[in-house]
Amino acid sequence: MTDSKYFTTTKKGEIFELKAELNSDKKEKKKEAVKKVIASMTVGKDVSALFPDVVNCMQTDNLELKKLVYLYLMNYAKSQPDMAIMAVNTFVKDCEDPNPLIRALAVRTMGCIRVDKITEYLCEPLRKCLKDEDPYVRKTAAVCVAKLHDINAQLVEDQGFLDTLKDLISDSNPMVVANAVAALSEIAESHPSSNLLDLNPQSINKLLTALNECTEWGQIFILDCLANYTPKDDREAQSICERVTPRLSHANSAVVLSAVKVLMKFMEMLSKDLDYYGTLLKKLAPPLVTLLSAEPELQYVALRNINLIVQKRPEILKHEMKVFFVKYNDPIYVKLEKLDIMIRLASQANIAQVLAELKEYATEVDVDFVRKAVRAIGRCAIKVEQSAERCVSTLLDLIQTKVNYVVQEAIVVIKDIFRKYPNKYESVIATLCENLDSLDEPEARAAMIWIVGEYAERIDNADELLESFLEGFHDESTQVQLQLLTGIVKLFLKKPTETQELVQQVLSLATQDSDNPDLRDRGYIYWRLLSTDPVAAKEVVLAEKPLISEETDLIEPTLLDELICYIGTLASVYHKPPSAFVEGGRGVVHKSLPPRTASSESAESPETAPAGAPPGEQPDVIPAQGDLLGDLLNLDLGPPVSSPPLTTSSVQMGAVDLLGGGLDSLIGGTNFVAPPTAAVPASLGAPIGSGLSDLFDLTSGVGTLSGSYVAPKAVWLPAMKAKGLEISGTFTRQVGSISMDLQLTNKALQVMTDFAIQFNRNSFGLAPAAPLQVHAPLSPNQTVEISLPLSTVGSVMKMEPLNNLQVAVKNNIDVFYFSTLYPLHILFVEDGKMDRQMFLATWKDIPNENEAQFQIRDCPLNAEAATSKLQSSNIFTVAKRNVEGQDMLYQSLKLTNGIWVLAELRVQPGNPSCTLSLKCRAPEVSQHVYQAYETILKN
Amino acid sequence: MIHSLFLINSSGDIFLEKHWKSVVSRSVCDYFFEAQERATEAENVPPVIPTPHHYLLSVYRHKIFFVAVIQTEVPPLFVIEFLHRVVDTFQDYFGVCSEPVIKDNVVVVYEVLEEMLDNGFPLATESNILKELIKPPTILRTVVNTITGSTNVGDQLPTGQLSVVPWRRTGVKYTNNEAYFDVIEEIDAIIDKSGSTITAEIQGVIDACVKLTGMPDLTLSFMNPRLLDDVSFHPCVRFKRWESERILSFIPPDGNFRLLSYHVSAQNLVAIPVYVKHNISFRDSSSLGRFEITVGPKQTMGKTIEGVTVTSQMPRGVLNMSLTPSQGTHTFDPVTKMLSWDVGKINPQKPPNLKGTMSLQAGASKPDENPTINLQFKIQQLAISGLKVNRLDMYGEKYKPFKGIKYMTKAGKFQVRT
Repeated sequence: MTDSKYFTTTKKGEIFELKAELNSDKKEKKKEAVKKVIASMTVGKDVSALFPDVVNCMQTDNLELKKLVYLYLMNYAKSQPDMAIMAVNTFVKDCEDPNPLIRALAVRTMGCIRVDKITEYLCEPLRKCLKDEDPYVRKTAAVCVAKLHDINAQLVEDQGFLDTLKDLISDSNPMVVANAVAALSEIAESHPSSNLLDLNPQSINKLLTALNECTEWGQIFILDCLANYTPKDDREAQSICERVTPRLSHANSAVVLSAVKVLMKFMEMLSKDLDYYGTLLKKLAPPLVTLLSAEPELQYVALRNINLIVQKRPEILKHEMKVFFVKYNDPIYVKLEKLDIMIRLASQANIAQVLAELKEYATEVDVDFVRKAVRAIGRCAIKVEQSAERCVSTLLDLIQTKVNYVVQEAIVVIKDIFRKYPNKYESVIATLCENLDSLDEPEARAAMIWIVGEYAERIDNADELLESFLEGFHDESTQVQLQLLTGIVKLFLKKPTETQELVQQVLSLATQDSDNPDLRDRGYIYWRLLSTDPVAAKEVVLAEKPLISEETDLIEPTLLDELICYIGTLASVYHKPPSAFVEGGRGVVHKSLPPRTASSESAESPETAPAGAPPGEQPDVIPAQGDLLGDLLNLDLGPPVSSPPLTTSSVQMGAVDLLGGGLDSLIGGTNFVAPPTAAVPASLGAPIGSGLSDLFDLTSGVGTLSGSYVAPKAVWLPAMKAKGLEISGTFTRQVGSISMDLQLTNKALQVMTDFAIQFNRNSFGLAPAAPLQVHAPLSPNQTVEISLPLSTVGSVMKMEPLNNLQVAVKNNIDVFYFSTLYPLHILFVEDGKMDRQMFLATWKDIPNENEAQFQIRDCPLNAEAATSKLQSSNIFTVAKRNVEGQDMLYQSLKLTNGIWVLAELRVQPGNPSCTLSLKCRAPEVSQHVYQAYETILKN
Repeated sequence: MIHSLFLINSSGDIFLEKHWKSVVSRSVCDYFFEAQERATEAENVPPVIPTPHHYLLSVYRHKIFFVAVIQTEVPPLFVIEFLHRVVDTFQDYFGVCSEPVIKDNVVVVYEVLEEMLDNGFPLATESNILKELIKPPTILRTVVNTITGSTNVGDQLPTGQLSVVPWRRTGVKYTNNEAYFDVIEEIDAIIDKSGSTITAEIQGVIDACVKLTGMPDLTLSFMNPRLLDDVSFHPCVRFKRWESERILSFIPPDGNFRLLSYHVSAQNLVAIPVYVKHNISFRDSSSLGRFEITVGPKQTMGKTIEGVTVTSQMPRGVLNMSLTPSQGTHTFDPVTKMLSWDVGKINPQKPPNLKGTMSLQAGASKPDENPTINLQFKIQQLAISGLKVNRLDMYGEKYKPFKGIKYMTKAGKFQVRT
């Protein structure tokens, strides 16, 4: 026997004693015993064995005893479900008690007993309590619905409790409203698709009224709920904002932050010229500042959120730099956050102050903080160009302190400053070299070697310096080894005479003695380069480096917008969307900022976007007008058959003369410009045109060359409307030239001759680059295929819709008019690939209101397939990132008239629809670009 | 919503747990202990800790960690605010909030926690209401309870809870009707080496102790309300009236409460009432350093500065200090390297001074960091921002209350860099 038996007996003894006391006749003794049981429970002891005895005490009119028993029940009912049934009767009885406190207590406790069998008995009492005359009972019952839903969702739906709960939103008592909202929000969170909180202007109004009167916690629930609403226009947004602003003065910081969320979100809809917009901006600053005088834990959460707010709307806190200055006894997590925000707020106006502070921090005790402070100085230099010089001198001062880790951090950031401002601060290199020996961290050593290699020509003893590193080559980390290899090769290319030996040494170290493939490969490459063509080596190794970007640490704009919708939540603390970390991935709904809409309707919103007709499918014929005009104008076009491409212009001029005056009324002042003939491939105008276009059709179908997608030919002009002439066609783009592929069919009984074509002025200046050449007369039932080259130098007039093209075709019978929509991708030019840096800068530069978002449904493509498909239509992928399982493709394209369109395409493997965000300085093209995307991706 | 609460003492024992939904195993706290180990000091434990299935949000007060466990997306500020409210409530109930006191009153604590949250939703957090539901323990009541068998649980629905003034109970009766207001301002400041102010701001509060019969309706007006541009009110204050007239109009809760807190920012010039002259020098070769601090009054509007204490965390290289104060007492702890000097009152004619030498580790180079001096002080009868109450009126009741306003200025985080 071991000693453990003593423990068991003591335990048994204790429980046994309690049991006896619980069954005592004396009320007082009973109560004391239950208290003892509860006390053991609070420290985590298992007292479930006493279940029947405790439940026996439930039938009592002593409220305290009742409450204590209830506390016990909630904890242990789950482990003893059969016993728990015993308690049901008492609950049901208590729900009828005249005292509202007891009714509420009963319904509340019942909900906490997570036993399936009990829930069935709960329904009736709960239904009664939801309609109780006393608001205290109603508000408790509202929460109980949420509890029950957690245990048995189906039951709640079947019993219609959700509808009762929705009705409670209109309750006369604000506390009941708040609890109903809270319960509904919690239920909605687990069923994102259920659309429980159906918000409309009426219910919003009720919520806003309740907001003023309910408790602070209720205000949080209501504000969080309001944040999910999208006002229908800016006026509604403003009126909600006006009623929410008083919450900014609340003592509870959670209320304040929830109010900030609502305001930040709805502000997006307000026009910046509005006076109210400015007032609102001003009102937001003081409460945010006040959050920073709260307890450190609250400060931390506030700072993480301010970090987002400062990135989205820097103007709010731009004058409040000082409140982010670090106090030496702030907890470290607050210090680091404050530092981050200081850099974000740094500007030319306050940089002196910031630098003085940062320098002060660099002498503090906490190593992590000091390091970050030194890095911050470097970031300031890169962010605020005017301050670079001062930053460098501050860093030099810090290097003079000789504190080891300060020196190393300083050298790392000075390297970045050199990259940003080449040939400006190299005078400090001497000072850096003095500290060579004290560097023991790989990052600092690598930075120093980079500097020595890069500026080898200005450092007299560069070879000695690098040689000193070479001694312990194999003990260095890979980072340092790679830098050393590159550095010495650079040195060799700059001073070939003295350093031949050194370079051979490092190459052999890298290629022969190292087993790191990266290092070996790089060594070999250098070696071959140097031995085969030193000039090329120089061009490669000493090539000009791209500048480093200003703010590498900014949150990506779309993510930032999403996070703004999550201000005050865990997502805002982690700077990740909830889908990235919320347990179980309960199908979290992505939130987005509302688009800026004026009172008048705008077609920008994503809901209305996909409504437009797919291009080229529904030819818009204008027969009535056409016939009429055709009759009026008895046109006689000269046969252009024999004119070779070189004389196009004259023929065009002729056509203008002939068509000219008559067409004025239709297309208003025809002013055709002759296209440069050089742009027209002669073969396209040649008689074999039709054959060629067939060929082209084939090739583009296979997708070789830079052939963009070609839609199948559609009927543009039915024979009925054109006295027997049927025209169908499509648009193609081949190696930089656009053409209109036409198929003319003669369905009349007479022969057709003398074909000619003319376009009205249009949005992108499309015009025929050659006359329409139908060589033989078109006999009845004959079909001819023609490819008409187009140019984009015609005169421009904005059309509605943008890609509308009005065409006039003439033959010996009559003039016919029709209009068609051309797909925008025929206008995407081949040099539409934007440089990465440019892309980033442009993306940031284009105001957010120009951004449009679209859903492309049923397009089960992966990122690679989409990239190559789009590439063949001249949509170029600039960069690709993978964020939480989604592929983000950043793409650029350029239209023939020089308009750039930037796109972000979000593709999720396994999800057939992808999201497209377009940014363009001319937002009206977005809709059509989206259609082009859809067409390309789906074919 | 809030799932569970664990109370953990500084030695890492869980001494109380409360679950509002299903029971969460206390092993979830292991993640917290890990974070606690990583942090050098208790204050540096991060307030939000993710674990695979839960999130742990904590506050650290009175050497106790209050750790809330949540499972779904909940506003963290909501949780942290609530935890602070729990601590305030304990303090209100038991006078102090400490591990032994909580253990002694574990049943009341449990009952109170149960009243405060239901299924993780806050239920009653106003002290006025809670005290009606669960009466705080007093010696007298404990004695009476044991004799009569009555309980400390109220069996009536708290009257105020559902009225338009949920913060006030009804049927309040006093023989002496009194309303006292304390205007307390704390100066947070950072002063640089040369004595110029880097940042200075004032955090002010108006704490009230109102014991008035019936349903009094009070108005409080200021001589210079323009100072208050950044304010947070107790829910009882009518915001509309403040917006339009700059008058505080409210039906007060019964007893002690914070009427408003405000913030006067650096934009308005903040008067700094004290100066600190310091001369702390380490020399590279010598193992002795010199140390001298003088504290004196600056802009005090003729009031005396009292309760002055100076503390400073000396660099690790300082082994000991031998100092002589011109007044007050001083201590230096060679282990924590904390110097503290209890100065007392400042006599403007003879500014207090602390002077002497520091012995440094022999052979070591001079310390990298300079010590920062932390200052505490109090000035009675002065609100440093210049805020002044104009008048206090009462409507709605017939009696004449005693009224009183007190001003005080204190140092908050007042730091002088050297």
